[in-house]
Amino acid sequence: DMVELLKIGSEITEFPKELFYRNRFEDTRQRENQVATQIQSWFRACKVRAYLSHLHKKAIIIQKIWRGFTARARVRQMVKAAYFIMKMNFYEEMAVRIQRRWRGFFQRKYIHNFYARKSYLEGVAIKNILVRRKLDKLNEVQKRERDCRAMVKEQEGKVYQAQRLHHLMSTKQCPGVFNSPFRQAPHEMELLLRQVKYQVPTRLAPRGRVRPQGTPSPTNSRTCCSREPGEVWEQQVQCPDLMLSLQTSYTYLEEAQNQLQQQETVRVRTETHTVCTHNDTPTHKIMLQKSYHIH
Amino acid sequence: MSQRQIIQVFEQYQKSRMQFVQTVADLASRPINIEILQNAGVMSMLRPLLLDVVPSIQQTAALALGRLADHSDDLAEAVVKEDILPQLVQSLVSQNRFYKKAAAFVLRAVAKHSPELAQAVVACGGVGALVLCLEEFDPGVKEAATWALGYIARHNAMLSQSVVDAGAVPLLVLCLLEPEIALKRIAASTLSDICKHTPELAQTVVDTGAIAHLAQMILNPDAKLKRQVFSALSQISKHSVSLAEMVIEAEIFPAALASLRDQDEYVRKNVATLMREVVKHSPELSQLIINYGALSGVIDYVNDCRGNLRLPGIMMLGYVAAHSETLAMAVIISKGVPQLGLCLAEESEHHIKAATVWSIGQIGHHTPEHAKAVATAHLLPKLLELYMDASSSEDLQAKSKKALKSILQKCTHVPGLEPLLYDAPSNILKHVVCQFSKVLPHDSKARRLFVTSGGLKKVQEIEAEPGSALQEHINAINGCFPEELVRYYTPGYSEALLERLDNYQSA
Repeated sequence: DMVELLKIGSEITEFPKELFYRNRFEDTRQRENQVATQIQSWFRACKVRAYLSHLHKKAIIIQKIWRGFTARARVRQMVKAAYFIMKMNFYEEMAVRIQRRWRGFFQRKYIHNFYARKSYLEGVAIKNILVRRKLDKLNEVQKRERDCRAMVKEQEGKVYQAQRLHHLMSTKQCPGVFNSPFRQAPHEMELLLRQVKYQVPTRLAPRGRVRPQGTPSPTNSRTCCSREPGEVWEQQVQCPDLMLSLQTSYTYLEEAQNQLQQQETVRVRTETHTVCTHNDTPTHKIMLQKSYHIH
Repeated sequence: MSQRQIIQVFEQYQKSRMQFVQTVADLASRPINIEILQNAGVMSMLRPLLLDVVPSIQQTAALALGRLADHSDDLAEAVVKEDILPQLVQSLVSQNRFYKKAAAFVLRAVAKHSPELAQAVVACGGVGALVLCLEEFDPGVKEAATWALGYIARHNAMLSQSVVDAGAVPLLVLCLLEPEIALKRIAASTLSDICKHTPELAQTVVDTGAIAHLAQMILNPDAKLKRQVFSALSQISKHSVSLAEMVIEAEIFPAALASLRDQDEYVRKNVATLMREVVKHSPELSQLIINYGALSGVIDYVNDCRGNLRLPGIMMLGYVAAHSETLAMAVIISKGVPQLGLCLAEESEHHIKAATVWSIGQIGHHTPEHAKAVATAHLLPKLLELYMDASSSEDLQAKSKKALKSILQKCTHVPGLEPLLYDAPSNILKHVVCQFSKVLPHDSKARRLFVTSGGLKKVQEIEAEPGSALQEHINAINGCFPEELVRYYTPGYSEALLERLDNYQSA
């Protein structure tokens, strides 16, 4: 076929032209490839960059919103805390004012009460005065008692003297010592002598002899309260004869006398049996005299 | 030889022994004879007579021994050396009451001289025997035994402990209840001697209920009994607060004040001692005692007596004032300070003066009011004088310095401070000047008074090292006055003026 041959012919003539046309960029192929690569890379970079910047922006927005949120939350918290602190300070200051006033009041009223102290000191002064007065009164009473006792003792002494000096009383014939004629009135001793009844003076020494052992002898006894401790004992030793009678009974002396008398009467009786009786009475008298002598 | 004649020989011997022993006992009652007796060897003669058959000879021999040992401590030592004590102690248990009395007398006479002799008595079992005597009925025996125990316990704590260990204390308290006054006296005195050593011993005595019985006896009219009772109570209360509180709880106080005016001075002294011992423990106790009005009693007591008797009263005032300033003010109101001033002037013994000075210091050191009270009684110059006096004892000087310092630190009473400017040594002076520098800046009248009385002049004359505290105070004082005044009073100002006159050329 002619058509086909024409086609092939045109193709053959067209072929190098085509070939040449198709490979016209062969020398610049590499360069153009490079350039194309560059352009593509650049474009891709742009795309990525655009994407990244988009991402960044969105991220920033998110972060911005988030940070704002948390910061506002924190600020709210801080504000709350600050408010709380301010409130507390205020309360505390008010509490301090109250406590100050209260403590001052309490201390002044109860602990360091000025008026209580003042009245206490006044009370002490008054009490001192009262106690002084009481003690003074007590003193006076005691003094009066003592004076009274002294006076009574003195009077007793005088009465005792008057009892002993009865013989100095004035008689009708002869005025006594205390009733001198030159005096206007008799001396008080004279009056006392007239008043006091005469008593036989009791002898004190024999009384001590018959006292049983162990009791204090009246010669040495004074009033109980003035006796020194141990004096009782020592005084007893001063009557040493009493110590001997420790061994013996209270009535030793009387018994011994009785015994002796009995012995003598027995002897007299036995003697009178042998001797004549008219010698009885004188010997008996002598016996009796002897026994008195023993007494 | 008939039986009668043989017996007569024995009777004669007995009579001569009896006579010997009685004569020795009589001679021994006079101190002059005792040395002669000692030289004649009476101790060895009496020793076999202690074991004599006849009880009355034994008793008289014991009495003679007791009198000899009583007189001097060599004889007492001789008694111990001759081993008489064990015999006595053994026969103490068995014999009759007269012998017990005599033997107790000997033990007492030996024990009284020194702790070693008392220890010897304790070592041969004397304490146990004496405690057995305490259980007797006869009051004379109890008295002698109590007296001996008292002398033993007096010396030191160990001996008292041995007395207490033998169980003497309940028996002593029973003795207190007996009707005989002499026995009560001795029992109280023995309890006092036991209690005085340590708190434990006092506690033992208190545990037997002694305080109540002692408190009952306060109103007894017998003076010597009261002495011992108050002495016992003060020895008990001196050890601790609880013991003192127990003594106070026995309600002795209003009654004890009446005894402060007793005729017998030792009763008064012992009451004052009791008060002092109670007061020194705590402020509450002091307040209790003051509320009974004790201060007036004590001040009257200090006024009336002289010498050593004043000491407990003065110390009581000091202890009361030391606790708190209210109590010190109470002392001041009761006119304690003038009284203490009188004591300071009248007494010559240093220890009493030292106590007075200490009391004044305790009163004055609390606040300016107190210091003013002390200063107005013109006591500060006296204190200074005592401090400066070379013949005062060291204790007195130390105490007066301390008192003076402590009072000066609070004293703002200018007329009282002024006399001290003149004579004081520098260590006192700096306190005085310090006080002036505190007072003068605020009080114009005081400043005027200071100038007119010559105080400013004196202050200028004081030489002080620059930079020392004294100089600072002087500068502070000078700062209160205008400069011309200060210059006017500086020493040498007249010369300086004359020099200016010389150099002056009339214009």
